[in-house]
Amino acid sequence: MSTLPADVIVHGRPLSLPSLRGGTNVLETVAAWFLGVLWVLPLVYAFWTAFHPPEYSTRFALAAPWTLANFVNAWHAAPFARYFLNTVMLVTIVLAAQLVLVTLAAYAFARFRFPGRGILFALVLVQLMIMPDVLIVENYRTMTTLGLKDTILAIGLPYMASAFGIFLLRQTFKTIPRELDEAARVEGCTPLQTLWKVYVPLARPTYLAYALVSVSYHWNNFLWPLIITNSVESRPVTVGLQVFSATDQGIDWSIITAATLLSTAPLLIAFLLFQRQFVQSFMRAGIR
Amino acid sequence: MTRSREWLYGWLLLLPAMALLVLFTHYPAVANLWHSFYSTPRGSRPAVFVGIDQYRQLANDPIFWQALSNNLWYALGTIPLSIALALMMAAWVNGRIAGRGFLRLAYFTPTVLPMIAVANIWLFFYTPEYGLLEQFLGLFGAQSHNWLGSKSTALPAMMIVAVWKEAGFFMIFYLAALQSMSPHLAEAAAIEGASRWYFFRRVTFPLLMPTTLFVLINAVINAFRLVDHVVVMTRGGPDNATALLLYYIYEIGFRFWDSAYAAALTMVLLVLLGVAALAQFLFLERRTHYQ
Repeated sequence: MSTLPADVIVHGRPLSLPSLRGGTNVLETVAAWFLGVLWVLPLVYAFWTAFHPPEYSTRFALAAPWTLANFVNAWHAAPFARYFLNTVMLVTIVLAAQLVLVTLAAYAFARFRFPGRGILFALVLVQLMIMPDVLIVENYRTMTTLGLKDTILAIGLPYMASAFGIFLLRQTFKTIPRELDEAARVEGCTPLQTLWKVYVPLARPTYLAYALVSVSYHWNNFLWPLIITNSVESRPVTVGLQVFSATDQGIDWSIITAATLLSTAPLLIAFLLFQRQFVQSFMRAGIR
Repeated sequence: MTRSREWLYGWLLLLPAMALLVLFTHYPAVANLWHSFYSTPRGSRPAVFVGIDQYRQLANDPIFWQALSNNLWYALGTIPLSIALALMMAAWVNGRIAGRGFLRLAYFTPTVLPMIAVANIWLFFYTPEYGLLEQFLGLFGAQSHNWLGSKSTALPAMMIVAVWKEAGFFMIFYLAALQSMSPHLAEAAAIEGASRWYFFRRVTFPLLMPTTLFVLINAVINAFRLVDHVVVMTRGGPDNATALLLYYIYEIGFRFWDSAYAAALTMVLLVLLGVAALAQFLFLERRTHYQ
C-alpha cells in the first residue's frame, strides 16, 4: 500500500513523536473513513430494509415510516423460537464439553511428563489444519453408525475436543509458576485439586477469550449443521434462516433481512455491549 | 509423584479429548482415504473395491478442475487483499485518528456475524435493479448487471464478500502485535530522522512478520474451509463459476449422495491443507522466534 505518505522529519526540527507513532494526516483519515463507511454500508442497508415497510425496502426517503412488522412477520413465518433454543443448547453443550476436555488435556501437556507426549501433541495439532468442517463426508457416516443423525449432540460432537483450545490453554498453563503448583502439592492437594484450585482460577482471562471465540464460532457455524440436521427440533438458527429464506415467499427482502438481523441479534447485541472484551479475546486467542 | 503415576495421570487426563479427536479427526481422515478406493453403495449393491477408479473419474471431471481452479483464484484474490486491508486498518485504528472507536467497530463487526447472514445481506446488496449496488451505479447511468448471475463477475463478487468478512478479523491480530511493539523503536527512528513510510517498511513490517505468517495460514485455511456463502448466494452457479472445492464435495456427497467420489474429492482438499500445514511447519515455526 503505497498510500502511506512519507512526512519526512527534518533534522534539527523538534521531533513530532505522536505523528510518528501513528498520528495521521487528512488524506489517511479520509481514506480510513471511506473504508469504514464502505464496511458498514451493507449492514446499514439491511437495517433500513428490515425496519421499513416493503415499499420502502429499496427506496430511500427521510419520511419513510419505521416499523417492526417485518420482524413480527418473520418470527411467525418460521419456528425461530425453537431454532434459537436449539442454538443456545448447542453452544452451551459444546462449550461445557470443550472446557472440561480442553482443561484436562492442556494440563497434561503443560505439566506432566509421559511417553508419547510429543507425538500426541502433534496429533492434536493436526486438527488445527484439518478441521471437522472439511471431514463432512466421513463424519456423516460416523454419525449415521452411532445413530445420532439429526440431533444437537451430533452437531457439536466433532468440535468438542478442540485442538485450538488445548493449544491456547497449554500456553497459559505453562506460564503459571511451578512454585504455586508445588505449594499446593505440599498442602496435600491431588493433581486434580491443584488443577482446580491453582490453574483454572489463574487462567480465567484465557477461558473468557476461548469461550467468546467458541460461542461465536458455533453460533455462526453452518455447513455441518445443515448436513447433519433435518428437522425443526435440531436445526440451529443459521440453518433455520437458510431454510426460511430458500423456500422464499416471493422475494420479500424486508422479511428476509428482518429474519437475518433477528438471527444475528443476540450475538450482535452482545458484541456491541462487550465490544472491548470481544476484541481483546480475539486478540488473546490469536497471540501464540 | 512416582514416575509411573505421573505417566498414568498424563495419559488419563488426555484420554477423553484424545478419544474424541481420534474419532472425529484422525479416523475420518484415514477412513476417507480407504473409502475413496471403493464404490458408493447403492440400494442392495454393497461397496466394492474399485482401486483408483474414483481418482480416474476425478481427473476427467471438468467440474472438479473448475472448482479447484476457482478455489485457487478465490484464495489468490482474497488472501493478499484482506491481509493488506487488515494491516492498513490496524495501522489506522492503532494511531490517533478521528473517530477511532467507530472505525474499529465498523471494521470488526462483519467478523462476528455468521457468514450465512452476511451472505443474505450481500445477496440483497447485489440484487439486479433493486440492490444498493445497482441503484448506486444507476446514478452514473451504468447498465443494469446481474453480478451474481453472470459468469465473469460471480466469483469476484463472492471474493468481495469474503474480504469484507475477514479483513476485520485479521486486523485484530495486527492490532495486538502493533500494541505490543516497543515505543522506543519509534522514538529511535524519529531521532534518526526516519520517515514514517521508511519506518513502516524497515521496522514495523519485518517485526510483524510472525503475525503476517499466522494470519496467512489462517487465511489459507479459511479460503478452503468456508463455503457457507456459496450455498446461500449462488449454489456454485452460474455454470459452476463459483463452485469452490468444499462446496463441490458437499454437492457430490449430500445432493447426489455419491459418498465414495466425495471421499476422493475430500482427499484432494486434505492434501492441499496438508501442504499448508507443512509450509507452516517449515516457515512459521522458524520465523516466530524472529522477535
